Amino acid sequence: MLQIKNLHANINGKEILKGLTLTVKPGEIHAIMGPNGAGKSTLASVLTGNPAFEVTHGSVSFHGKDLLELAPEQRANEGIFLSFQYPVEIPGVSMVNFMRTAINEQRKYRNQDPISATDFLRLMREKKELVEMDNKLTSRSVNEGFSGGEKKRNEIFQMAMLNPSLSILDETDSGLDIDALRIVANGVNKLKNADNATIVITHYQRLLDYIVPDFVHVLYDGRIVKTGDKNLALELEDKGYDWIKQEVEA
Amino acid sequence: MAENILHEVTQADYKYGFTTDIETDIIPIGLNEDVVRLISAKKKEPEWMLEYRLKAFRHWLTMKMPEWAHLKIPEINYQSISYYAAPRTNGPKSLDEVDPELLKTFNKLGIPLEEQMALSGIAVDAVMDSVSVKTTFKETLAEKGIIFCSFSEAVEHHPDLIQKYMASVVPITDNFFAALNSAVFSDGSFVYIPKGVRCPMELSTYFRINAINTGQFERTLIVADEDSYVSYLEGCTAPTRDENQLHAAIVEIIVMKNAEVKYSTVQNWYPGDKEGKGGVYNFVTKRGICKGENSKLSWTQVETGSAITWKYPSCILQGDNSSAEFYSVAVTNHHQQADTGTKMIHLGKNTRSHILSKGISAGVSNNSYRGLVRVGVNAENARNYSQCDSLLLGDKCGAHTFPYMEVNNETAIVEHEATTSKISEDQIFYCNQRGISTEDAVGLIVNGYAKEVLNKLPMEFAVEAQKLLQITLEGSVG
Repeated sequence: MLQIKNLHANINGKEILKGLTLTVKPGEIHAIMGPNGAGKSTLASVLTGNPAFEVTHGSVSFHGKDLLELAPEQRANEGIFLSFQYPVEIPGVSMVNFMRTAINEQRKYRNQDPISATDFLRLMREKKELVEMDNKLTSRSVNEGFSGGEKKRNEIFQMAMLNPSLSILDETDSGLDIDALRIVANGVNKLKNADNATIVITHYQRLLDYIVPDFVHVLYDGRIVKTGDKNLALELEDKGYDWIKQEVEA
Repeated sequence: MAENILHEVTQADYKYGFTTDIETDIIPIGLNEDVVRLISAKKKEPEWMLEYRLKAFRHWLTMKMPEWAHLKIPEINYQSISYYAAPRTNGPKSLDEVDPELLKTFNKLGIPLEEQMALSGIAVDAVMDSVSVKTTFKETLAEKGIIFCSFSEAVEHHPDLIQKYMASVVPITDNFFAALNSAVFSDGSFVYIPKGVRCPMELSTYFRINAINTGQFERTLIVADEDSYVSYLEGCTAPTRDENQLHAAIVEIIVMKNAEVKYSTVQNWYPGDKEGKGGVYNFVTKRGICKGENSKLSWTQVETGSAITWKYPSCILQGDNSSAEFYSVAVTNHHQQADTGTKMIHLGKNTRSHILSKGISAGVSNNSYRGLVRVGVNAENARNYSQCDSLLLGDKCGAHTFPYMEVNNETAIVEHEATTSKISEDQIFYCNQRGISTEDAVGLIVNGYAKEVLNKLPMEFAVEAQKLLQITLEGSVG
């Protein structure tokens, strides 16, 4: 599904990703862990086409297409979804209007007719239940006045609505209390199937108790330096990142 | 990146820039007493009307262009403009007699007169260049005693009403442009709603400048007698021309006891090209008076056009318990300049006013809000709430707020809030990541920002206004 080869990327002239290689297949969950500043969020930004970052080297193919050639909205419509670490507020734009616009853009991209009002409302209701989203949240403006937890839940709700083939969860656990974490993780697990894949970017092992990864990668200094199964996350939780640094620098 | 997107979203072309090839009766350029007399004669006006014009003209000669606005206005040569242009017709009796070219123009503007008569139930008065072309639905309205006709017809058929109310809110000495308009105004609309009558349909006027080198000077007079109600809409467009065109209008609204008037306008005069060449100079005086107790006036404006806009729809709250509202969205792009806002003059007791202004600036434009709230000595418990928001697209444009408050009664409560925000790259990217293109994202965000005002517009206007906002800002964000 996704093949990243020797990816290098800069922000403001500073190289953050320094030759990252990663392959993700349908049905897999990959966790990416690593110390602050390793390039975890940069990876999410680069994959989704954030214009603040510049790719200098390497390739990314997604469902056989050259992802780096596509505009951010095309990547989204190809099936890449990012659950933002800090979702922005868009005052005055209702969640309903925002979601309908997004769904219809996706349908247009796939040569489908716009969704009917009834189907749209049905879909909203169904997905809201799935992620245990409060009714009142969808009648408000996009993220406006939402608490940290509500924003994250809203991200997962949008993910449910757009049904992506690759979801990237960027520090989705940050700022969540244990109950909110469980709800968000449940939502992610319910959306999981054999055809889609998930990249979970996280600092802590905690989230991985709920979303169990097939692979755990350690990102350090712009590269993946170690890959293992879920036990690697436990080991990191236990020992920290210093031993990885020593291994790499040795 | 920011500039790029901004650039893209603001590059759409003005779509009303066509001209109509139609026989026009146009008088030579220049302005003097003879021209004023000629205009009056062309319109076969009574003596009192001519006297009014001459008085205004003589006063105008003593005045200077106002310079206090935050605008750079190139010098205007008032002798290089023609003050009267009319499609050459002999007063159509029915739509069949209206020049087909003219009907085509109005169709291009999206106002098919016949269709409107049949389907939408909106009565339309269309003013092309200087004269009112055809007022639809007049007969239907007449049954209720409602008068909706061109200003010229009103002068001829309802001289008592015109003499009683014309210049009662905007006197000829009011300001430079008001005096000029009073001297040379060519036509406009007149509305009278009798006591106790609720106007059953939206009344609407479209203004269009067509002929070259002409100024458009129309005036609108709306009188809502006791216990009446009317909603009135006004739209305007002009062809694309390299030279600037002058538009100086007057709107006067009189609201009697327990009456309510809603006035909405979507102003889309030609704004000039992307380099700032051409465009309409829009110097307009709009004022209403809430004369009787419990009267209510609301102004809603969506301003997207004109190279320069100078306009302050205002309200004098004279009757006790009267209230006024001002809802405005003003968009400037490229080299456009706008200095617009309102004046709320509280004279009566328990008067209330609400101001909501949303400015949007893009390109290298400048957009200013200027508002005055004055509370008179006798205005016990007057209440005003003003909110002025500015949204910037890019970093080469300007947004300015000039609020003035004069409170002479200590029981009054006057509040002012102002915010300035930018469309951030994060917002755009967030939309992009959900599959929404940058252009659509800007439209979405801008319309969300302006929603509170757009919601005040009548339905069909609101849809038009939303599209217009998006078109005006095409090619602009970041």
